Amino acid sequence: MNLAYFLSILVFSPLLGILVLSFMPRTQESLIKTVGFLATLPALVLSLIAYFQYRAGAGLEQLNEKVSWIQFGDSGQLGNLFSIDYELGLDGFSLIMIVLTAVLSTLAAIASIHIKKEWKGYFMLFLLLEVGMLGVFAAENLILFFIFFEITLIPTFFLIGKWGYYEKENAAYSFLIYNGLGSAVLLIVIMVLFARTGTANIDALMAAMNADNPQLVAPISENMKMGMLIALLIAFGVKLPIFPLHSWMVRVHVQAPPSIVMLHAGVLLKIGAFGLIRFGMGIFPEQFQSLAVWLAVLGVVNLLYGAFLAFVQTDFKMVLAYSSISHMGIVLIGLGALNEAGIQGAIFQVVSHGLIAALLFFLVGVFYERFQTSTIQNLGGLAKGMPITAGFLLAGAMASLGLPGMSGFVSEFMAFLGLFKEMPILAASGTIGIIMTAVYLLRAVLGITYGKAHRDFAGITDMKKFEFVPVLVLVGLIVLIGVYPSVLSEPLTSTLETIMLGIGG
Amino acid sequence: MDLETLLSYEWGIMTPEFIILGVATALSLMDLFMPKSQSRKILGWVGFAGIFAALVSLLGLIGHGPESILFDTFRLDSFAIAFKLLLLIGSAMVLLIAVGYEPNEGLEEFRGEFFYLFMAALLGAMIMSSSGDLITLFVGLELLSISSYILAGMRKRNLHSNESAMKYVINGSIATAITLFGMSYVYGLTGTTNLKEMSGFLTSIYNEQHIYLLGLAFFMIVVGLSFKLAAAPFHMWAPDVYQGAPTPVTAFLSVVSKTAGFIIIIRILFSIFANAPSGDAQGLPMILALQDYIAFLAGATMIIGNLVALRQRNIKRLFAYSSIAQAGYLLVVIASMSLFMFDALWFYLGAYLFMNLGAFAIIQHITHKSGSEDISQFAGLYRRAPFLAIAMAIFLLSLAGIPGTAGFIGKLNIFMGALVPNEGHYVLVSIMIATTVVSYFYYFGVMVQMFFRPAPDTGKVKIPAALTTVIGISLAATILFGIAPNIAFDFLQGNFNQFTDFFQ
Repeated sequence: MNLAYFLSILVFSPLLGILVLSFMPRTQESLIKTVGFLATLPALVLSLIAYFQYRAGAGLEQLNEKVSWIQFGDSGQLGNLFSIDYELGLDGFSLIMIVLTAVLSTLAAIASIHIKKEWKGYFMLFLLLEVGMLGVFAAENLILFFIFFEITLIPTFFLIGKWGYYEKENAAYSFLIYNGLGSAVLLIVIMVLFARTGTANIDALMAAMNADNPQLVAPISENMKMGMLIALLIAFGVKLPIFPLHSWMVRVHVQAPPSIVMLHAGVLLKIGAFGLIRFGMGIFPEQFQSLAVWLAVLGVVNLLYGAFLAFVQTDFKMVLAYSSISHMGIVLIGLGALNEAGIQGAIFQVVSHGLIAALLFFLVGVFYERFQTSTIQNLGGLAKGMPITAGFLLAGAMASLGLPGMSGFVSEFMAFLGLFKEMPILAASGTIGIIMTAVYLLRAVLGITYGKAHRDFAGITDMKKFEFVPVLVLVGLIVLIGVYPSVLSEPLTSTLETIMLGIGG
Repeated sequence: MDLETLLSYEWGIMTPEFIILGVATALSLMDLFMPKSQSRKILGWVGFAGIFAALVSLLGLIGHGPESILFDTFRLDSFAIAFKLLLLIGSAMVLLIAVGYEPNEGLEEFRGEFFYLFMAALLGAMIMSSSGDLITLFVGLELLSISSYILAGMRKRNLHSNESAMKYVINGSIATAITLFGMSYVYGLTGTTNLKEMSGFLTSIYNEQHIYLLGLAFFMIVVGLSFKLAAAPFHMWAPDVYQGAPTPVTAFLSVVSKTAGFIIIIRILFSIFANAPSGDAQGLPMILALQDYIAFLAGATMIIGNLVALRQRNIKRLFAYSSIAQAGYLLVVIASMSLFMFDALWFYLGAYLFMNLGAFAIIQHITHKSGSEDISQFAGLYRRAPFLAIAMAIFLLSLAGIPGTAGFIGKLNIFMGALVPNEGHYVLVSIMIATTVVSYFYYFGVMVQMFFRPAPDTGKVKIPAALTTVIGISLAATILFGIAPNIAFDFLQGNFNQFTDFFQ
């Protein structure tokens, strides 16, 4: 098997779909939807092949690709400095993220069946978004990472602004501005690193920043390193989102079409966590250690703030939006703990919340399709009208609140285990959040399933055939991780070792 | 000067200029003798052929060592060749836009004038990039400016166009006068107008009073020239002139004239002030000591350009402010004075040329069809002409510096140059990145019109072939230099030898 372009093909395979779509008449609804769905499959198949090969013991290094791309200045004088390569590569962590992205993209393409207009434009942007997301995780240098990161921005803006609900344009703009500022801050950090070290390769940067006697083009002081880490924290904090930077994300969750929210909550938010772990911890390990306490505090704040606000919402989408904020707190808690259990918990939470959020938002799409509402009150009594959907909703909520045997439990348990080791008092106050999670989720979900019925469910069909696919896949994966966590933990072993080595744990 | 010396000059290095001069003359004669009823479009094609010939002859000159003729007044170095390339490509495309211009009023009967004035302006810009002497530099500047004043007022019966020309003349003359005044100080100090001799003389000045005078000259020259770049706070003319002038002229002003402005600023600042002492204890050259003032100018330009653009509803005014902001980004290159300066300037000007001219070709077509310049004219463009809407979106994304486009690579290069020096220009870079985010608002505003709003009429849009060519070339270049920028960088490295001969 020739692996030379394996990753490039994986990342750019959705482009093929864009190409095919561009030659199709815009009125062929079902054909466009089919092509859009099929175009997500190559990436899914390839990423699964990579995953199973890796589980079977194959090394990921053979997938690395490197082609020289841009050379700034005179290469005769500067040698390898200031050159940017097109380089893709994977480690265990990014492999998992790619599999997650590919799975959720395919499922979101199925969920896109609810899209009502301009299918052609929708799927072209959707596939472009997928390219961006896959590329972010495969990029081996910061500039390439940034390019893919920005590529996710533009399609998302249009997908929210054109296919969303009533206040879609406001939501799109607030998405653009918050994320634009976030990526602006990120770009400053990237450019400072690149200009002062002459390289953008992540491994080379890790080595250069942590060497005792680094070879740099221009000096980087300790204060500057701290400044850059804080800037990274802000940049990825917008994405994650961390407490004071979250308002855009609530708007997007409420206004965007459910299929896009599946990707947004499932993958895009996770880029924040991915970036913090990969770059924050990887490139600035010393500084990261001194900020760890603050991260844990921010994590607990996120957890509690999200949970309390989720409790008072009347719209189920709002409950889920704040629940996402709350759950991202657990990622921060895990990172703040700065030990193996904590970091592993954080990564588990990234994956697990991606799946759970996608499941719940898919179900929101199912309701909305039938009732044009998502308020808890108006959906009351669902268990009578749509028993199967109500059952899955309950399952999703259980996973989200961390019922043992499901993925949410594993991640929360490990993250808190990590934090209890380091900062027991903070961890103890954080557990209030766990209780609150159960409270707000049960309130919302029980309100929907067994609440007082405000409508007549006659003539409402329960889940259709195609709607079962995403739900069953997602529930299956959630339970799989819950009962057999080593599907995640084994690929992560080597990544975790590297990280722990860096922070001296 | 006898005939022998005259013949001994290597006139070959002036071929592109001679071609442009010849074509300009030919055009004016043709216009004179052509019957009034005949369409002047043909003149545009002749002009285009002339520019193309000049471009070919210029390409033949690549690799030519630094050479100067006419007592060092005209010099050909790699800087001149590289930037003339931009001027010629830009002009050729503007000319195509002009051929595709179908005005409702005005220009039609003066089309002949338009084409040869345009060539004269281009000649001025080319002379500027090849000058080794303040006199030729100034003559080139004036040739460009005076032609542009007339071009701006080409729509004779249009109130806006008249206002535009009037404002341009008055503001422009004042600015030129200030520049000239500044130059006179330098002349007074050195007793020569030759840039090379000046630079040699100035290395040895030590009298504090003289250094002070030289500093004054620096400020006056910079103030006068920043007018040409439309840099804040000397940008006030730009929106009115851009709005009133016919769209091809606006395109010319925003691209070719601006490029010429950067050429002259580099020529003067780095020839005269690079070696002059600043009189401080560390013996910094004057240009480094005064670097912060250029940085201030750059910062102010980016902030003002981008913030005021937010309030514009008229698409040409919007692009006026956008071009002010872009000038600010380019000033960052000059302010940071790193080893990447020439590369970054050249690449960004090239990228800017394509993305801006592409956008202007579309703007011209849309605004001309409806007669209104409000951005709501773009509403529903995606429905009426998907290709046009997508092309426009890509130009806007490139102007906003989104990855995948040439604009992003250009910005990357600018950031790098600004951060490489030991004392990195962090504030300047932060301003640039923050204002770039601000610019998303207005660039995306146009896209919201194109993609989200319903179309007022559903008529199909039919584009003249000349405009399609400009849009096609611009689109291809914007994407190509965004994805494979090394084509441009290799060309630059392979042929211009790091511009080292600039200082020889």
